[in-house]
Amino acid sequence: MTAAFLTGADAQIEMPLKRRLRRAERARQLKALALVLPLLLFLLFTFAGPIAGMLWRSVDDREVRQVLPQTVAALADWDGKDLPDEKAYAALASDILAARASGTMAIAAKRLNYALNGFRTILTSTARNLKAAPEPGTAKDTLGKINPAWRERTTWTTIKDASGPVTGFYLLAALDLTRNADGAIVAAAPDQAIYRNVFTRTFIISLSVTVLCLILGFPVAYLLATLPPGRSNLLMIFVLLPFWTSLLVRTCAWIVLLQSKGVVNDSLHWLGIIDEPLRLIYNRFGVCVAMTHVLLPFMILPLYSSMKAISPAYMRAAASLGAPPVTAFLRIYLPQTLPGIGAGSLLVFILALGYYITPALVGGAADQMISYFIALYTTETANWGLASALGAVLLLATLLLALVYGKLVQGQQVTGGMKN
Amino acid sequence: MSDNPSLRTPSQRIAWTATIVISTLVFIFLIAPILAIMPLSFSSGSYLTYPLPGLSLRWYDDFINSPRWMTSLKNSMIIGVASTLLSMVLGTLAALGLAQWKSRLKPLVLAFVLSPVVVPGVITAVGLYFFFAPIGLTGSYLGLILAHTALATPFVVITVGATLQSFDTNLARAAASLGASPLDAFRRVILPLILPGLASGALFAFATSFDEVVIVLFMAGPEQRTLPREMFSGIRENISPTITAAAVILTTVSVILLATMEGLRRRNERLKGSSA
Repeated sequence: MTAAFLTGADAQIEMPLKRRLRRAERARQLKALALVLPLLLFLLFTFAGPIAGMLWRSVDDREVRQVLPQTVAALADWDGKDLPDEKAYAALASDILAARASGTMAIAAKRLNYALNGFRTILTSTARNLKAAPEPGTAKDTLGKINPAWRERTTWTTIKDASGPVTGFYLLAALDLTRNADGAIVAAAPDQAIYRNVFTRTFIISLSVTVLCLILGFPVAYLLATLPPGRSNLLMIFVLLPFWTSLLVRTCAWIVLLQSKGVVNDSLHWLGIIDEPLRLIYNRFGVCVAMTHVLLPFMILPLYSSMKAISPAYMRAAASLGAPPVTAFLRIYLPQTLPGIGAGSLLVFILALGYYITPALVGGAADQMISYFIALYTTETANWGLASALGAVLLLATLLLALVYGKLVQGQQVTGGMKN
Repeated sequence: MSDNPSLRTPSQRIAWTATIVISTLVFIFLIAPILAIMPLSFSSGSYLTYPLPGLSLRWYDDFINSPRWMTSLKNSMIIGVASTLLSMVLGTLAALGLAQWKSRLKPLVLAFVLSPVVVPGVITAVGLYFFFAPIGLTGSYLGLILAHTALATPFVVITVGATLQSFDTNLARAAASLGASPLDAFRRVILPLILPGLASGALFAFATSFDEVVIVLFMAGPEQRTLPREMFSGIRENISPTITAAAVILTTVSVILLATMEGLRRRNERLKGSSA
C-alpha cells in the first residue's frame, strides 16, 4: 500500500501541485455527486417524473386526432369562417364509420362534450344513423340531414379546437376562460365558471386559518420563549403532542366534539345555554377550527425559535432608556419577531392551500377547497385534463410561495412534518 | 409565574397575566380534542357522548377481531417500516454527498430534494396515479412504499445534514490516513457520529408514512388499505366507537415516537453540554 502510494507520487511529481490538488478536488466532488445521485434518480422516478406527467396532461389533447384522424387532417387548412367544404364532411363520415367499428367513438365524444355540451349526442346519433359511406359529393347533405348540428359552424370549430396535439383548453377552463368560435379568449359559460370561485374560497380559508394561527400562536410562542427552559420544555409537549398525532385522529376528534349530538353541544345543552344544538361542523366554522388545530404547531415552532433568538438585553436597554413597556414591545421586540411571523405564516398558508382530507371530512359542499376538485376529476369523473390543469395552477401558487419562504428562512433549517 | 424578572410595572404584569391566560386556553384547545375522544373508546355504549354508560373494552375487542382493521394495521406497519428503511439509505447517502459537494447548483439540488415536503399531497398523488397505473404500480405495496419514501426522505436529509454540519471532516480523513477503508471509516467513525440525526430522521420518516392518507387514497387497492385510510372511510360513513379505539392506538404510536424523539434530543443536549 505504502509502496504503491510512493510510486504513484513519483509518477506525478512532475505535475504542478496546483493541478494535482485541483484533480483531487474534482475527484472528491464527483464522489460527493455520486452519493447524491441515487436520491436524485429516485425522486425523478417517484416525484418529479409523475408531476411532469401531470403537467403534460394539462395541455395534452390527442383523443380527437386519434379517433377522427381524417377529419382533423381535412380541417387543418380550414379558416373557420364558413362551413368547411365537402372534403371535411366526407372525412368525418369515414372517421365515424371507422370509430363505430373499433368502438373508440366514446373517447372523442367525451373530449368534445367538455368543449360543447351536447356534442356526445351529436356524435352518437350520427354514428347510429349513418348506414354507409355517403356517395361522393353528398356527405354534406347526408350528415346535415342526420343531425342539423353539422350545418353549424360552432360544431366544426369545436372539433378544430380539439384537434391537438396540445391545447390551452384545460388551463383556460381552470381559470374560467374559454375560446369562442372565432378563437378569442372569453369568459366561460356561467354554469362552467366555478373555479375562480373555488380558488378564491381556497385563498380565503387558507388566509383565515393563517390569521387564526398567528393570533393564537403568538402568545404561546412568547410564553414558551420567555419561561425558563425547564418549564417551557414541559409546556412544549402541549404543542408537540398534537403535532405528532395523526391528522385523521385529530379530524375525527373534532367531529366527535362538534357534531350535533357531540360533546360540545351536549355540554352547552346541559348547562342550559342552548336549547337547539348549534351547527358547528360540516360548514366553514368546522373547517377553520379543525385546520387551525392541525396547523397551529407549524406557526408556534418558527415563532418560538425566532423569539428565542432575541436577546433580553435589547428590551432591558429600551427600558433603561426610558421607553414605556408598550413602546419597547412594539418598536424593539415585535420588529425582531417579523422573520418568524413571516416564516410561520407562509408555512401555514402554503400547507393550508393544498388541504384535502380535513375539508373533505368536516366541510360542507360549499367549503371544499381546490384539492377536492382535483381529486374529484381524477378518480370520479376521469376528466384528467381539467384535474391536471387545476393541479398546475395550485402547484404554481405553492412553488411561488415556497420560493418566498425559502428566501425568508435562508440559512435556517426547515423542519416539520407536513400533514394534510 | 410572577418570577419573570422583567415584570416591574403593573401594565407589564397585566400583559404577562394575559399571555398566560391566552396560552392556557390555546393549550386546552390543542390538547382537549385528543384527550376527549380517548375515554369514549372505553365506553360500554355505542354513542359517542358523555357521560359514559359504563366501561368496557368491547371496541378494542371489535378492533382486534376485525380482519379489516387488523389488515390495515399490518399494512401501515409494512409500508411504514419499508419506506423508513429505504429513505434512511437514500437520505443518508444524499446528506453525506451534499455536505461535501461545492457547487453553485447546490441550493437548487437541495430545494429539489426537499420539495416533496412542500408540494400539496393531492398533486403528488394525482401525478403518481397517472404515472404508476400504466406500469402496474398502483394497487401494490411496492408503489406505496416508493411513494412514501419520496415523501419521507427529505426529513432524513434534513436531520442527518444537521448533524453533519457540526461534524469534523478531519475525523473521516484521520480514519482514512490510519488505513481504514471508506466502508470501515463510514461504519466505525461517521455512522456513530450521525446516528442521533439518523434516528430522528427515521422517526420523522416513519411518522410521515404512518400518517399519510392522500396517496393511499389514490393508489392503494383493497389489499393495501392502511390504518389512516380505514379511518378515513370510517369517518365518512359513520363514526363508530371502534374508530375511537383505532384513534387511541394511533395516538399511542405517536406518543411513543414523540417520547423517543424527546429522549434523543435530551441525550444530544447532554452530550453537547459535556463536550463544551
